[in-house]
Amino acid sequence: MKVPNRRGYFGKFGGRFVPETLIPLLYDLEKAYLKVKKDPSFWKEWQYLLKEYAGRPTPLYYAQNLSSYFGRKIKIYLKREDLLHTGAHKINNTIGQVLLAKRMGKNRIIAETGAGQHGVATATACALLGLKCVVYMGAKDTERQKLNVFRMKLLGAEVVPVYSGTQTLKDAINEALRDWVTNVSSTLYVIGSVVGPHPYPMVVRDFQSIIGIEIKKQILKKEGRLPDLVLACVGGGSNAMGTFYPFRQDLQVRLIGVEAAGVGLHTDHHSATLAVGEPGVLHGMLTYLLQDKVGQIKGAHSIAPGLDYPGVGPEHAYFKDSGRAEYVSVTDEEALEAFQLLSEKEGIIPALESAHAIAYLIKIAKDLPKDTIVVITLSGRGDKDVSSVREYIEGN
Amino acid sequence: MKKNASLIKKAINTIKSKGEVAVIPYICCWDPDLETTEAILWELAEVEPACIELGFPFSDPVADGPTIQKAIVRALEHQPTFEAYFDFISRLNQKGFPHPIVCMTYYNIIYRFGLGNTVEHALKSGLAGFIIPDLPIEEAQPWIKANQNSGLATIFLATPTSSKERIQKIVKHTKGFLYYVSITGITGARDSLPEDLAYRLKTTKNLCGSNLPLAVGFGISKREQIKLLSPYTDAFIIGSAIVKIIEEKGKNSPKEIKTFLKNLKNL
Repeated sequence: MKVPNRRGYFGKFGGRFVPETLIPLLYDLEKAYLKVKKDPSFWKEWQYLLKEYAGRPTPLYYAQNLSSYFGRKIKIYLKREDLLHTGAHKINNTIGQVLLAKRMGKNRIIAETGAGQHGVATATACALLGLKCVVYMGAKDTERQKLNVFRMKLLGAEVVPVYSGTQTLKDAINEALRDWVTNVSSTLYVIGSVVGPHPYPMVVRDFQSIIGIEIKKQILKKEGRLPDLVLACVGGGSNAMGTFYPFRQDLQVRLIGVEAAGVGLHTDHHSATLAVGEPGVLHGMLTYLLQDKVGQIKGAHSIAPGLDYPGVGPEHAYFKDSGRAEYVSVTDEEALEAFQLLSEKEGIIPALESAHAIAYLIKIAKDLPKDTIVVITLSGRGDKDVSSVREYIEGN
Repeated sequence: MKKNASLIKKAINTIKSKGEVAVIPYICCWDPDLETTEAILWELAEVEPACIELGFPFSDPVADGPTIQKAIVRALEHQPTFEAYFDFISRLNQKGFPHPIVCMTYYNIIYRFGLGNTVEHALKSGLAGFIIPDLPIEEAQPWIKANQNSGLATIFLATPTSSKERIQKIVKHTKGFLYYVSITGITGARDSLPEDLAYRLKTTKNLCGSNLPLAVGFGISKREQIKLLSPYTDAFIIGSAIVKIIEEKGKNSPKEIKTFLKNLKNL
């Protein structure tokens, strides 16, 4: 069965739960996307920019030191999305969506951002392709990520701090939706993850699937077979879905998404939506959410700002329920250890988000059978996190 | 007395036959506390509204502008439950509250409470129906099904971006009244409304036919607006302008709200 279905559902998850004003726009977007999907000239342009401008394909790096660190005969490969322009996988999607916006005749782009990675990637694509860019960012996040705010401004974007609600990513999405409801004809909302109303989870997945498609080709070339285990971190879930999707029918490949357990799942300070969330409707989609018994959305927490989201992409909810992927979580503390380990062993400072995937591998490495091939998507680099990690280490 | 969809229409007809303007005021329950909410409701009753929209607060109200967002924050401080909301409606009705009340809330609250459970509680409490701004007709089948024989008002919204064909579909599923959103945007009082609004209301009214009243909302706060649009709509939804008074006067807002609405109705 192909997902999403015509109504935008992945099994029982997904849909388009948005105000009526936006519904005709979502139909327009879906139509425009399905049209370019069949248009080779669109993909040629996208591939050209990803190659020449953003630096694709990214290497699939055999992390020998890390592999031997575990003292077992396992092979660990890192998919180096951290080497992309702007420092993370986000650019795969923003170049795609901004190109799509141009073909739709839109001249204004809005985006939400949590830590600023998607905001920077959107501002970058807009600078490159000549569109006006407005980025909504929770006021707390603009404080925590001042450098990224400055970066977006350098790139010519307007950054609007959002003071409502928890003043973080979920409120930035609310505000972007409000802007979109108001400026429907000129504007396209470029969503940064596999979340939101249909067709966004599908569109973002398709653009990010380049990650998994490359992994498959590269690993077959290097090892002559598919990996046994594929790991990626999950906030909204775009790097994980981009990694998993091309493997969905290769049932011998175990897919594991790693969520942020924050301070611990027994507390209220985590972002492990799939682990402990319950189905509900937020940001246009039916999916697992962190919510209280009344249905109010809870604040999420993670040391990795990109994982700090109380919802998750509906296709991950579907993969969880169907069992195609497993979802686990690691704490802030465990992610920090992994952050340091990868820096020391491989000379690669990972984004704190990506460090979650490494951290889970540390937990299970000793139980893996020999000759296991593991691929971990390193969704971004850790430059942005260096100062907060320092504070954390020195503070403890 | 059952206060369902048909009562809203009856109320609108009665008000119109007197040559008055039918208004539908919105306030958010628990803003700033339940006692004040009740006091406001009794003052509102004296203005003879067509019905009252009583919001149940949701943490992520994407269709609402800053004024109502702030009201929701004030209301959420009381950590209200949906059960308590229905209890409150029951108590009001036991005291003989004379006008239909509809609940305006977001879908997650209803989804979480359970669709059937929500309908059951609504009927038991004497609530007249629901407005759910993030539930477009595409996603509304389960909700419509849960309401098949409920008699509750299932109020859907039509907007300037809805095509004629869509409005026809929306009208089919709508009971109580059709909520026409005046602008492409979020809730909030505005100085000016789009110039073609009167025309769009006129065509929408035609699509509603004679059985379904049409109400216009978003941005309505002035007598001139009402005067201009009165020939083309059956009722006016007034939200942010009232909530603004609550924001400023808090516990002292009830009387002031009544005066404000009386002035609005007095053309």
